[in-house]
Amino acid sequence: MKVKITVNGMLYNKHIPNDMMLLEFLRKYGYVSVKRGCDTSNCGLCTVWVEGKPVLSCSYPAARADGKNVTTLEGVKDEAASFGRYMTAQGVEQCGYCSPGFIMAALAMRRELTNPTEEEVAHYLAGNLCRCSGYAGQTRALRAWLHDKPWEKEGQV
Amino acid sequence: MYTIKSYVFPESLEEADELLHRDCRNNAVLGGCCWLKLGRRRIRWAIDLTRLGLDQIEVKDGFLELGACITLRQLETHPAVTARFDGLLGESVSHIVGVPFRNCATVGGSVFSRFGFSDLTCALLALDASVVLYRGGEVPLAEFMASPIAFDDILLKVRIKDDGRRAAYQSVRRSATDFPTLAVAVSCLDGRWKVSVGARPGRAVQAEEAARCLNDGRGPEAAGVAAGAELTFGTDLRAGADYRKKLAAVLVRRAAQTCIERENKG
Repeated sequence: MKVKITVNGMLYNKHIPNDMMLLEFLRKYGYVSVKRGCDTSNCGLCTVWVEGKPVLSCSYPAARADGKNVTTLEGVKDEAASFGRYMTAQGVEQCGYCSPGFIMAALAMRRELTNPTEEEVAHYLAGNLCRCSGYAGQTRALRAWLHDKPWEKEGQV
Repeated sequence: MYTIKSYVFPESLEEADELLHRDCRNNAVLGGCCWLKLGRRRIRWAIDLTRLGLDQIEVKDGFLELGACITLRQLETHPAVTARFDGLLGESVSHIVGVPFRNCATVGGSVFSRFGFSDLTCALLALDASVVLYRGGEVPLAEFMASPIAFDDILLKVRIKDDGRRAAYQSVRRSATDFPTLAVAVSCLDGRWKVSVGARPGRAVQAEEAARCLNDGRGPEAAGVAAGAELTFGTDLRAGADYRKKLAAVLVRRAAQTCIERENKG
């Protein structure tokens, strides 16, 4: 079928297979930050935003994204890099494979929740799994990031 | 491996129904699609309802109405839902995988599929909800849950009487975002109780003897024992039948106690 999907502000007017998932569509057009993880709707690695809301692109039909705005990590790279510095400072990453999905979920949380408590942060990000770490580094990085609010100084949305 | 030959956004419910009935066995109405990939269906026409305005949460004529395309995340965050029934519906879905998942999964997909592991159907049963089907009209959820899945109708919405009943939810999970090992929901209105137990691991059902115990004033402890005795439980990789039976007694007791405490607080 023919779809019009806007990814990070760029319109794609394409014919796609009817059973294509958004993950496959995005990777096909070069958005390789979007990772295939469990492929069974469990791990959160493939998180992207559709109309600003985080969704699992491995289970979101590309056809359903017709006419919608999709945001990947590439579309918020400055803010992602800023948050990434907090992650680096806390030694969060080991293999780093889960980071794009984790960052997309964290940035969505920042937009959705006002001054979240640590419990709310943990609850919001519970669906983003990391097989290497024990989440302690992520928690420290998030705490510092939410405290510093670098997006206010950097003029991000 | 699933396949879809044609993907269509019908412009009306009539069109969706007509498409479905061209071949009910091979055409399918899509829900949130979270488990679509785990199946092996070869779908001829995939019917996507997301452009039919079924994503509305409404309070009208004394009922809370949840459109089939409402996401589980909306249940968690929409004030009309969180402010009712002690936040039962939002609480019941809040441990399901993660926010990105709950932004995909829908009320219609969860209820129509009658998944045994569904937290939502367990909570809705305790609220004495009903479902509205395109062809079948309004059907009590308990009756709908007991019927075999027929792929020849379309679930339009879930209706819950906005009667201000108190409610509580309990579940046990092996890990935070896993399916429940057992789920229990309880509600009370003017001394009349509803108790439901899900993830037995079979479909959620109402525990009528447990509700009778509470109606008769025999207390949460007796209700828990009754729920464990009256229902059947099964074994799967999460727990054995005996463990679930004991768990049911504990969770029903806790949920009923919570409900009573909430009632007493006003």
